[in-house]
Amino acid sequence: MFDRRLFTNFDWTLLGVVLLITAFGVINIYSASSSYRDIGTPYYLKQLYWIVAGLGLCLTVCSLDYHMLEDFAYWLYGGVLVLLVLVLVAGKTTMGATRWISLGFFNMQPSEPMKIVIIMTFARFFSRYPVFKGLTLRELVQPLLLLGIPAVLIMKQPDLGTAILVSLIAGTMLLFVGVRFSALGTIFAAAVPTVVIAWQFLLHDYQKKRIYNFLNPDLDPLGSGYHIIQSKIAVGSGATFGKGFMQGTQSQLRFLPEQHTDFAFSVFAEEWGFLGCLLMLTLYLFLILWGLGIAKRCNDRFGSLLAVGVTAMLFWHIVINMGMVIGLMPVVGVPLPFFSYGGTSMVTSMVGVGILLNISMRRFMF
Amino acid sequence: MKKLNNILPDDDGGGRRIIGLSLGACAMFFLLLSRLWYLQVISAEDLIDQSENNRLRFVPVAAPRGAILDRNGKVLVSNTPSFSVAVIPQDVKNKEQLIDNLAHYLNLDRTEIETKWNKGQGRAKYYPLVVASGITRDQMEFLEENRLALSGVNIEMKPIRAYTNGSLASHLLGYLGEVSEDELNSERYREYNAGDYIGKSGIERAWESYLHGTDGGRQIEVDARGRFLRTVAETGSSVGNTVMLTIDLDLQKAAEQALGDQAGAAVAMDVNTGEILAFVSSPDFDPAHFTGRMPPEVWKKYLEDERHPLENKALKGMYPPGSTFKIITAIAGLEEGLIDEHTTIQCTGSYKFGNATFRCWDHKGHGSVDLKKSLRESCDVYYYKLAERLGVDRIAKYAKRFGLGAPLGIGLENEKAGVIPTQEWKLKRFGKKWYSGETLPVGIGQGYVLTTPVQLASMISTVANEGTILRPHLVKRVVDSDGKVLQDFAPQVLGKTGLKPATYRFVKEGLLAVINEAHGTGGASRLWEVKVAGKTGSSQVVKLRDSKGNIPYRFRDHALFVAFAPFEKPEIAVAVIVEHGEHGGSAAGPVSGKILRAYFEGKGVIKKPVPKSVPKEEEGGEGVAEPDTTGAAQQ
Repeated sequence: MFDRRLFTNFDWTLLGVVLLITAFGVINIYSASSSYRDIGTPYYLKQLYWIVAGLGLCLTVCSLDYHMLEDFAYWLYGGVLVLLVLVLVAGKTTMGATRWISLGFFNMQPSEPMKIVIIMTFARFFSRYPVFKGLTLRELVQPLLLLGIPAVLIMKQPDLGTAILVSLIAGTMLLFVGVRFSALGTIFAAAVPTVVIAWQFLLHDYQKKRIYNFLNPDLDPLGSGYHIIQSKIAVGSGATFGKGFMQGTQSQLRFLPEQHTDFAFSVFAEEWGFLGCLLMLTLYLFLILWGLGIAKRCNDRFGSLLAVGVTAMLFWHIVINMGMVIGLMPVVGVPLPFFSYGGTSMVTSMVGVGILLNISMRRFMF
Repeated sequence: MKKLNNILPDDDGGGRRIIGLSLGACAMFFLLLSRLWYLQVISAEDLIDQSENNRLRFVPVAAPRGAILDRNGKVLVSNTPSFSVAVIPQDVKNKEQLIDNLAHYLNLDRTEIETKWNKGQGRAKYYPLVVASGITRDQMEFLEENRLALSGVNIEMKPIRAYTNGSLASHLLGYLGEVSEDELNSERYREYNAGDYIGKSGIERAWESYLHGTDGGRQIEVDARGRFLRTVAETGSSVGNTVMLTIDLDLQKAAEQALGDQAGAAVAMDVNTGEILAFVSSPDFDPAHFTGRMPPEVWKKYLEDERHPLENKALKGMYPPGSTFKIITAIAGLEEGLIDEHTTIQCTGSYKFGNATFRCWDHKGHGSVDLKKSLRESCDVYYYKLAERLGVDRIAKYAKRFGLGAPLGIGLENEKAGVIPTQEWKLKRFGKKWYSGETLPVGIGQGYVLTTPVQLASMISTVANEGTILRPHLVKRVVDSDGKVLQDFAPQVLGKTGLKPATYRFVKEGLLAVINEAHGTGGASRLWEVKVAGKTGSSQVVKLRDSKGNIPYRFRDHALFVAFAPFEKPEIAVAVIVEHGEHGGSAAGPVSGKILRAYFEGKGVIKKPVPKSVPKEEEGGEGVAEPDTTGAAQQ
């Protein structure tokens, strides 16, 4: 049943790059959390556990033929949608946002699997959908509804970061399928009033404040503006060669917020300098281009779409997180895949890599 | 593969678009790289400078703790401002010299400051570290004048506790103290910083998370020597929530006065809700001593006092309940059908069991005794005989039904469970089997039986309301600073005893006789205006061969008293223990009487200036069972 060709075609390069990034991540978390009071298991060790768990999931995902996902895509979509509604009705509220539901033995955050599920759904939708010279506005209605329902539910939690990510992933897949210029123009024209309405009714005050702060960090040097200022100081003071491992003053003196999770990269930038950042950027860019390569080499449309979607998911996480750390984007809680501390992000990213490996090693099966 | 995907006609476009997406990704990464280049290469010098002289400092602003009120909204504990000295390690040029200076100016021990300083290691270097708290206004002004010599020193104003009523209810309210290193490392206090004050005992500790409030902070910019330049931004602190207790301030005062300087405890409880109205442990302490610096001689006095002023006796004191436990034995006998209200026994002043003799407190004997008389005159022999027939496990069954032998969950930490012995318990605890001779003292609340004053109050309350065990609780509601009710504590039923109504009727008639009939042991706590029912008790501290003469204080028996009133429609239950008070009727009874009087005066049932017309009853003292011979059965 398990074809030997699968093993010979296993994509060791992809797995190798991912493992290299996680290794840098663990080393960096060790340094970032060294100034913390030690309570319980240290973060770098917990991160290692998550990597092992993530790898397990990753290999499980790639051992099952990805074509099965095509059958389940809509069911999964429906299931996660129900969970998203449940969160709003009966979720657990922490820090003003309702993102978790309790399943008795553990808590889950259904907006996270939605990232993967929207990829499968779009891949399923467009795999049987003949497109000539790009999608017209009319043809866009259905997919935009498929995206819009979960996006609005997630934004209501409120979890702006995830809502934007899900939209960006789906948007990238639409671009891959092809959209006519006329349709793009119309959407752009409609987007402006939509943004105005969203600003008025959908965004919470703290979200608006973050955007204001991003535009002018000096407005709130104590709150999120403070984070951006301190993060920029950390990154910049790393200069070309960095201050050295465990030597970053910004992080060791704890000027940085969330320095083992969302701001992990600014610790890295301070300690390893521009050269270290160049290396990380190269690794990440390699990962993205490799993912797109898998999409290109894949012989069936469903697989191609899946690969593009997963790659887009990784890409947008990377760009938004790094953009935030170096002051190009507002502070939204988006982790850097394989690098920031956190089990949820690690699991989602590893499942994504599992899908990529799956497609990659089955490319000769037709 | 089970199905073939139709390959759609625009696959050529797919390849082109992959190239497009790749180019897009490259462009985005190039943008990120340019920004990194700009920050890390072009602006590096400037940002390195900023990181070395990071001049933003965070000054925490402590939130005022929430107030603690009594049931009518009267203030039990509130706040008053206090000054403390903090250092910002990063701004200190010469640590040793600064410690010397501070020690000199503040008249403190050098090592004391140093210890506190070193405790804050591992925290952000720009974060203020409190090294001395509770300094006087003069000292504060002196430090302000000498600021130039004290680079890196901050003077912080923070609110501290004001104990409006002095040592009133000190065990219940608890005291504050600086968070310890062990506590800082525990999950519970993970949000706290060295130098923070937390509740260390009582309500202050148990309700810490509600009372604490949210600390605010100011982001300030300082110059190169760490001196304040300007406030960049500020987030307000928010005051902790107000905790409203079930305690009645006036009744609490009356109860403390009634107990006076005797060591012991008193608990008064609402029979219909479980609300604790007064909660006294005596002697008490002054919680204000714990807020600033405790004078060593005061601390020494607290620790060396043989009456243990720091111990919460109402909650954690475990005492043999003595004859108050006869209520349980009587109930067990009635329910098991071994006795009825007419069953009589002969009391000759002692009871021989095996080769041991168990004495009644009245060596002359009570003659013919029925249930009512057995309670009224607290005849020990009646209960020896009843206990013998019941066996220890059946007594335990009913004791447990009344909530004895387990913590009641009153909402303070380290509540004690007490002990209700069974055959199984002894086997587990001592690895020995139960001897039947050990059952007899259990029948009169001696032997292995141990209860806390809170449990006794709950027991008599359950007798009064005829079978509903209500959780005794201390907090009525929690209110936030806007007056919004966060939590409201309704009466909570822990269980029902499920006894026959007649059982309660017979026992309660006995308890009424204890106080209101001739020869009753509890006459000293009678009120003329309200019918009181209750039971006296005294419990043995050590076995004494000769109970006459001058016994040293620490060997004297404990005096107990439980009561409820009014008899017809009970409202309040009281349990009193006077340590080494010897006789329940004469030592604990009057305390209970004064508490009940104050309660009914507060309700307007009794007019306040009462003529002293309570006649002296004959002193009801009951002794303790005491085997004449070192009987084998007693073990």
